Amino acid sequence: MEKLVEKYFRPRLPHIWCPGCGNGIVTGAIVKAIDKLGLNQDETVIVSGIGCSSRASGYLNFDTVHSAHGRALPVATGVKLSEPRLNVIVVTGDGDSTAIGGNHFIHAARRNINLTVVLYNNNIYGMTGGQYSPLTPSHSIATTAPYGTLERPFDVPELAKAAGATFVARSTAFHTQLLVDVIAQGIAHDGFSLIEAVTQCPIYNGRQNKLGDAPTMMKWQRDHAVNVEAAKKMTPEQLAGKFLIGVLHKSEAPEYTKQYDDLVIANAQKGAK
Amino acid sequence: MAKVLLMQGNQACAEGAIAAGVKFFAGYPITPSTEIAESLAKRLPQVGGKFIQMEDEIASMAAIIGASLTGKKVLTATSGPGFSLKQELIGYAAITETPVVIANVQRVGPSTGQPTAAAQGDVMQARWGTHGDHPIIALTPASVPECFSLTIKAYEMSEKYRVPVIFLMDEVIGHMREKIELPDYSEVKQPCRKAPAAPSADYQAYKPDQDLVPPMAAFGQGYRYHVTGLVHDETGFPNGSPAATAKLLKRLHEKIENHLDDIVLYEEYRLEDADTAIIAYGGTARSAYAAIDMAREQGIKAGMFRMITMWPFPDKQIAKLATKVKNIVVAEMNYGQVVGEVKRVVEGKAPVKLVAKYDSDPISPKELLQVLGGR
Repeated sequence: MEKLVEKYFRPRLPHIWCPGCGNGIVTGAIVKAIDKLGLNQDETVIVSGIGCSSRASGYLNFDTVHSAHGRALPVATGVKLSEPRLNVIVVTGDGDSTAIGGNHFIHAARRNINLTVVLYNNNIYGMTGGQYSPLTPSHSIATTAPYGTLERPFDVPELAKAAGATFVARSTAFHTQLLVDVIAQGIAHDGFSLIEAVTQCPIYNGRQNKLGDAPTMMKWQRDHAVNVEAAKKMTPEQLAGKFLIGVLHKSEAPEYTKQYDDLVIANAQKGAK
Repeated sequence: MAKVLLMQGNQACAEGAIAAGVKFFAGYPITPSTEIAESLAKRLPQVGGKFIQMEDEIASMAAIIGASLTGKKVLTATSGPGFSLKQELIGYAAITETPVVIANVQRVGPSTGQPTAAAQGDVMQARWGTHGDHPIIALTPASVPECFSLTIKAYEMSEKYRVPVIFLMDEVIGHMREKIELPDYSEVKQPCRKAPAAPSADYQAYKPDQDLVPPMAAFGQGYRYHVTGLVHDETGFPNGSPAATAKLLKRLHEKIENHLDDIVLYEEYRLEDADTAIIAYGGTARSAYAAIDMAREQGIKAGMFRMITMWPFPDKQIAKLATKVKNIVVAEMNYGQVVGEVKRVVEGKAPVKLVAKYDSDPISPKELLQVLGGR
């Protein structure tokens, strides 16, 4: 890992994340996936929005954008469509991508544009101090829900799949090997990829909801995540209260930028000159 | 060879973008700007460029910023409500010094207002729409041929100063059809941003040259730099110290303020011996030309100062004008926006009268003639 840190991280550490935060693990997994695939570092762009997770772009040694709140995906769409040779990885959080950026999220998935989205899900707005997000479980306590949230959370993989994403996976900060593996598969996939990375926020989520310290929260991830393959042999009763990890959906559909070249530009230039 | 055509202002703006070498457009349909998007949906792929209709106005603005970072010249087009939605990211482009051009074909507002009616009510929004202190350039065309040539100029300024340029059109100009001579585009000098020297470990993405503008690397070329909307220092990384904050904001302003002679464009029409100067812009200027010609026939010495650069405001030129004429008339299709700036600059050296119209009809030559004392 030391070699990877030197190669892929800018000399800007230590990071600003709280003690026990899982964001470093998720960011490390992205770097390991990039290294595993041997991506050209000069042709890889990291785009983030605003929030705890989105500060990752500043630490990574690539062309990087720390954009506006919720807008990582349309910025990334502009980068990818105008320069399709670039690998474009989007780093975003639960609030960033499913609240203020929710519309962009479903449309990027619908287009099946070749972006890889790593969604750090810590179930809370951390940077602003613990307000509820669209992925905060119902009845959780948040600074803006002192009596418990009424809203039901999105199931992000289901949302992405319904919107048209062609690669959907989930892992956790505890399941790091799987996380590296599914991020690598997502980057290699030719189309819109969504990887939900369940991560702990012991300071703003953990404290308010008495979820314990970081190791306790990671043990919760261990005990409640079920690999999608193992789940096939389990009964609904056994799966109650659990969530699935692994590759949850994979399909084939034409990728947007290739289609643009093959259909739009080809048609526009047919018979020209 | 030049081609002579009958063309709409919106289409001429789109052709100006093609001639300037624009390779990326992202937009969301909104009247009365839609023809810009429609023209470019057809034209951009013909020249190997990309057009995308995004899910909303904000996404469109974000997408052109992303595309500009890869080194492309980019455009989005919108109107009133859409312009409001884009504002946060216009500020992002300003602080990250990402060259972008935003065409705003103004319509009556606030809110949905009157989608197909003429107005010039976004003058102040063009300047102050986004939060915080930031520089901006806004250009305003008054004819179909100028929609073409001034769009190219918008790219010259945006690329040269790394600043968002608002192409502030109005419905009169956007939807008007007029004769235009289009040059051979291969003869149009392509505006182009300043590039840094070869990638090196020493590259500082926001270290300015003498002109206060930092050279800009394109993504994918090996510079590996960081772009953030946070206040940053010359390295491009966040630095929230008071010193770094003041330094950045001051430079952003001064890179524009130090080059006013290059940026401020205007036209003087029959002003040589004028007693009364009409200050007008965009569609309103067309009525002013006619009113001035009619007034002159009746022996009334009138002329026009036509604003082409709206922002930065032509302070110097209008202050000088105030010492030469007896009266100043500001004509605009709004409740009074430019007039406040004119009064600020004139400082009482000449009386300033406002002809404001905000009923969705353009100001007619007759109305202006009456103000000039003609019949």
